[in-house]
Amino acid sequence: MDHLRIEKKLPRVAVFDFTGCEGCELQLANKEETLGAFLSAIDVVHFREVSSAEGDDYDVALVDGAISRPDEVERLKAIRQQAKVLVAMGSCACFGGVNRLKNAYDLQEANREVYGDCPKETMPTQAVKHFVAVDLEVPGCPVNKDEIERVVQHLVWDLPLCTFAYPVCLQCKQRFTVCRFDMGELCLGPITRAGCNAPCPAGGLGCWGCRGPAKNPNYQEFFALVKEKGFTERELHDRLGFFGGFEDLL
Amino acid sequence: MSISEESRNRVNLNVDVRHLARVEGHGNIKVRVVDGQVVEARWDIVETPRFFEVMLKDKHYTAAGILTARICGICSIGHCLASVRATEDAFGVTIPEAAAKLRLLAKHGETLQSHVLHLFFLAAPDFLGLPSAIPLKDVNPEAFALAARLKGLANRVCDVVAGRTTHPVSIQVGGMAKMPDVQTLLELKAGLERGCRDLDAAIELFRTMEIPDFVRETEFVSLKGEREYAFIGGRLLSTDGVERPEASYRVMTNEYVTEENTSKWCKLSRESFAVGALARINNNYHRLHPKARAAAVPFDLAPINHNPFMNNVAQLVECVHVVYDSLRLVDELIGTGPAPIMAEVTPRAGQGVGAVEVPRGILYHDYEYDDQGRVVRANCVIPTTQNNANIHFDLKALAEQFATEGMTDEKLELLCSMLVRAYDPCISCSVH
Repeated sequence: MDHLRIEKKLPRVAVFDFTGCEGCELQLANKEETLGAFLSAIDVVHFREVSSAEGDDYDVALVDGAISRPDEVERLKAIRQQAKVLVAMGSCACFGGVNRLKNAYDLQEANREVYGDCPKETMPTQAVKHFVAVDLEVPGCPVNKDEIERVVQHLVWDLPLCTFAYPVCLQCKQRFTVCRFDMGELCLGPITRAGCNAPCPAGGLGCWGCRGPAKNPNYQEFFALVKEKGFTERELHDRLGFFGGFEDLL
Repeated sequence: MSISEESRNRVNLNVDVRHLARVEGHGNIKVRVVDGQVVEARWDIVETPRFFEVMLKDKHYTAAGILTARICGICSIGHCLASVRATEDAFGVTIPEAAAKLRLLAKHGETLQSHVLHLFFLAAPDFLGLPSAIPLKDVNPEAFALAARLKGLANRVCDVVAGRTTHPVSIQVGGMAKMPDVQTLLELKAGLERGCRDLDAAIELFRTMEIPDFVRETEFVSLKGEREYAFIGGRLLSTDGVERPEASYRVMTNEYVTEENTSKWCKLSRESFAVGALARINNNYHRLHPKARAAAVPFDLAPINHNPFMNNVAQLVECVHVVYDSLRLVDELIGTGPAPIMAEVTPRAGQGVGAVEVPRGILYHDYEYDDQGRVVRANCVIPTTQNNANIHFDLKALAEQFATEGMTDEKLELLCSMLVRAYDPCISCSVH
């Protein structure tokens, strides 16, 4: 269909899920006020969670979840071959997410504990980029639909895609949220990448760093602050290790 | 041999669905009918296991609810609620009354969100002959707008009360971290009133859907509604007459591992049982809001109903219940004014259980803590884990009933898929 004699170009989008909770996929169906417009801007050719249509002719693959079994590696590689653009959607796809926490345990032991003498196939949980090239990363647990919309606007209309350089801390200031440190709580807001609009501190929970590091965070100053406020090494370690975005620090 | 038997003997059918669409997670259906005999009928879960019970070990109690919310993207509020309840039980904490009301309100928001998502986006396309609800925005824009408004309302309730709709932040051990202000509650009230009218329209819309005529006698398990239609904590009840306290959840679930599935299976008085909206209504019909009971009438939904496809209707009826009950809660919260919402929490060594009715049925979290408030042992029993064996045995009975002359592979595949979808399975949850 032409609009002002310009051909309307709908990117053919497919959504795939691996190891995770599928919460990021659910965000695609959220933000109801723009849902109709969002779905009109793309051509959804494969999205198993909401559609029984199965197309394999897609340009953009949105990948949700981490990789934790050999068959997932094969499926992911096939998707990479087909997709012109592969987007890692959410902290599991970008960093391994909370599912990575199992890697700290002996997997045979873990299997015995959960499944007794009937173990199931599993391997250490890894991020998508560990196996295939990733074109765009949209972190968050879950992802922020605004950010997904900006990715789509970028792909459909070539609008520039800006990523946030500054930390969550600034978004708390923008919405007048009282600092969680001032409430006596630990918060990774000073070092975590913004773009979520800081819902956790506003809801009464210090940041757990699901979006990974901001650009050039001042770690030295942050660690000094954490120590000065009386938090232990273990508390800090637990938090930095939670979503996998700060893996390089541990 | 009679003519009908003879014609039945010529029926050969094959259904092989890998990664069923329009359900959360990865499951396969396999049905084979040879010469009129069902030789195979399977529901298998192939989702990757994540080992949450292992990941929970050694975690501080403040992290348990944040971690276990990630078991499920759809019912994260339910997981968080079961988690903090188990911890509060272990530490002997009683939460303030206003916090309990806020938690129930958040729960209602999630129930509405999940049921609307399932009814309009996952189940309705089967009844309309569409691959998904996406074309609905062009072929029936009013219905699409209706679904979007109801889902938007549900998400608004969760955002306002729990801080976020997926992976809540304000539900914490001891109570709630935040009380919405009166202005926000008044706005919520206006939204809920609009929601009541939208639900009337939704009921009209779903009255046209044809429920397959299929019955298999089933045991249904849920919380027992003693004073109200129960969602958070209390005694456990089955339609076969088993009743236990919350702490004895293992007696009600009896999890076991099978060779073919990454999800466990459960049983109680029979080879399998069912949980979910239909189970809750079968057990607690008389505790439903009068408006919800009225909504059940045109669909002939009354206890004990043994048609699993009626779970769709049961979800619709629960939508009515949770919207009207949310109005009550919002009014009470506005009337209460500022009130304590967080109790003092002192960790201690011990064990606790939390049972919560999440959209797909009863969920249990069970933690053992050391005296530093770190998890020593954890166990989570998920609604879909409890339903998987029942879906499996339903499929066999369904195939036996419908493997008659005139049946095709396509028609049987649709019926089997609709049966599984009626349970609204949350498969990644069931494996966790």
